Amino acid sequence: MSFLKVEGLTKRFGGLVAVNGVSFAVNQGEILSVIGPNGAGKSTLFKLIGSFMTPSAGRVLLDGAVISGLSPHKVARTGVVRTFQETTVFKEMTALQNVVVAHQLGHSAGPVGAFFASPAARADDRRSQENAEEILTYLGLGHVRNELARNLPHGYLRTLGIAIAMAASPRILLLDEPFAGMNPEETDRAVDMVEGIRRRGITVLLVEHDMRAVMRISDRIVVISFGSKIAEGTPAEIRDNPTVIEAYLGQDDETIGH
Amino acid sequence: MATSTEAAGTIGATSPGSRKALIAILPLAILLYAVVPFILRGQPYWLNVMTNAAILSFGSLGVWVTFAIGRVNIAQGAFALLGGYTTAILSTVFGLSFWLCLPLSGVVAALVGTLIGWPLLRLRGIYFAMVTLSLTEAMRLLFLNTVTLHDGGGVLNIPRPAGIDTPLDFYLFAATLLLVGYLAVWRLAGSRIGWVFRSMRQNEELAMSIGINVARYRVFAFAFCSAMGGMAGASFASLQQNIYPATYTVTDSINFMLYCFLGGLDFVLGPIVGTFGLIIAFELLRSIQEYQALLYGALMILVMLFLPNGVLSLPSILGRFWRSGR
Repeated sequence: MSFLKVEGLTKRFGGLVAVNGVSFAVNQGEILSVIGPNGAGKSTLFKLIGSFMTPSAGRVLLDGAVISGLSPHKVARTGVVRTFQETTVFKEMTALQNVVVAHQLGHSAGPVGAFFASPAARADDRRSQENAEEILTYLGLGHVRNELARNLPHGYLRTLGIAIAMAASPRILLLDEPFAGMNPEETDRAVDMVEGIRRRGITVLLVEHDMRAVMRISDRIVVISFGSKIAEGTPAEIRDNPTVIEAYLGQDDETIGH
Repeated sequence: MATSTEAAGTIGATSPGSRKALIAILPLAILLYAVVPFILRGQPYWLNVMTNAAILSFGSLGVWVTFAIGRVNIAQGAFALLGGYTTAILSTVFGLSFWLCLPLSGVVAALVGTLIGWPLLRLRGIYFAMVTLSLTEAMRLLFLNTVTLHDGGGVLNIPRPAGIDTPLDFYLFAATLLLVGYLAVWRLAGSRIGWVFRSMRQNEELAMSIGINVARYRVFAFAFCSAMGGMAGASFASLQQNIYPATYTVTDSINFMLYCFLGGLDFVLGPIVGTFGLIIAFELLRSIQEYQALLYGALMILVMLFLPNGVLSLPSILGRFWRSGR
């Protein structure tokens, strides 16, 4: 059953078509990767799905309901939560505070209750706290929970970014280049982590450059080039697809599965 | 924020109501209710200065709230003026009691803050600061040109609040107002809402991505700030028994902001310490008043250079210095 559906998504910037009628569906519980050469429109597509950008045409549906056109925070509240490239975290908070503040759904106390520290609000805070501790431990950040984010090493920040997204109760997590700039060892750990996220029942849609990791981790892959979808299939199908090989061989520094 | 590091990863959970609130407010309450009246007994002039400082602190606390969401707000003078005029007109023309005018001034300022804030808060950084700055001037011109009760747009003979007759009475009222304001902002900052504010200040896009309605929280913070400005203006108008379009100018708006800077943006107590510090310094240096602006400027430069997190960051800096020295 299709869970998140992208239908004819198009984004034009003046005369430039960054994303051109892209359609695909993500099934519940799978890991689907969108790949493509540099400048293929991956990032734009990603922003369109998260509603951080309005499409020129087409729409995005979650469980059959249109979510494109909603404001980003509303899309996040439907369970479509994105991460950012690199190290986008709340730098002046501790790791734990980063994740606690991201727990925004399912509070029983309203703003007034929170202001007066009502018993319900305190119970909410405790739940956010426990939830954050659990996520940090699960992602292997438990030992740095009280460090200020700006003092954390680079690799940890990316994981923290994912922890933040997980605290926002995602049903589908959009990961923006989670393996970019990692050495093979770090990539291995990150791949394990993404699989761990899926084991928690969260569907994963990732946009990625690193073919090696994508081939290992994905159930299915969507390939885009110059804004259009050129292929869709299992990693094995994609690896042998002549159109994909051609699109990638056009690049200097990209070969499939190297 | 330094307060966040001190809290060591606890949001709200360790702030269960009454006992911690008491610890937060008791020293300030003793200072305002006991120490100040004792030292300044029989000195109505100085008591008046303290009243003024308490009212201005209340307005600065509001500005601190907009700092908390990452906006430099130079419009507090505009809302103080708005609140002052609301009270002036309601009490002189309609004969309303000050005790009704005070909350109403807050409400009017909050409403106007919401209307103006909704579009303006999309702006960030220097752009937002510049627009709020011009808002203060616009408000002055508005009252200059619309209020015709008296020459020059002034309102005179504003009645004093019922039950408040002596400078000490007025001081105690201002102190109470400040304590209530402090408690409110302290609670706000420590609650989930305060943490949402911090997250927005650090990264609005990331805050949106986790489901925070950034636009609404921004407007809420600004309206909260405006309400405090409005109530400060209402109190001041009643204290002075008059108000003029020039009662609050761009300089006052800038001062509200400077008080926050001086005290320290990381501390809810910051705007209070900053306001009292500068107002008292002002009075002591009255003899060289022509150099006041110069001194202010020099002081601000020194603070920014050596205490970028305000005067209240001094203890933790000294603490670190002490530890590293051993």
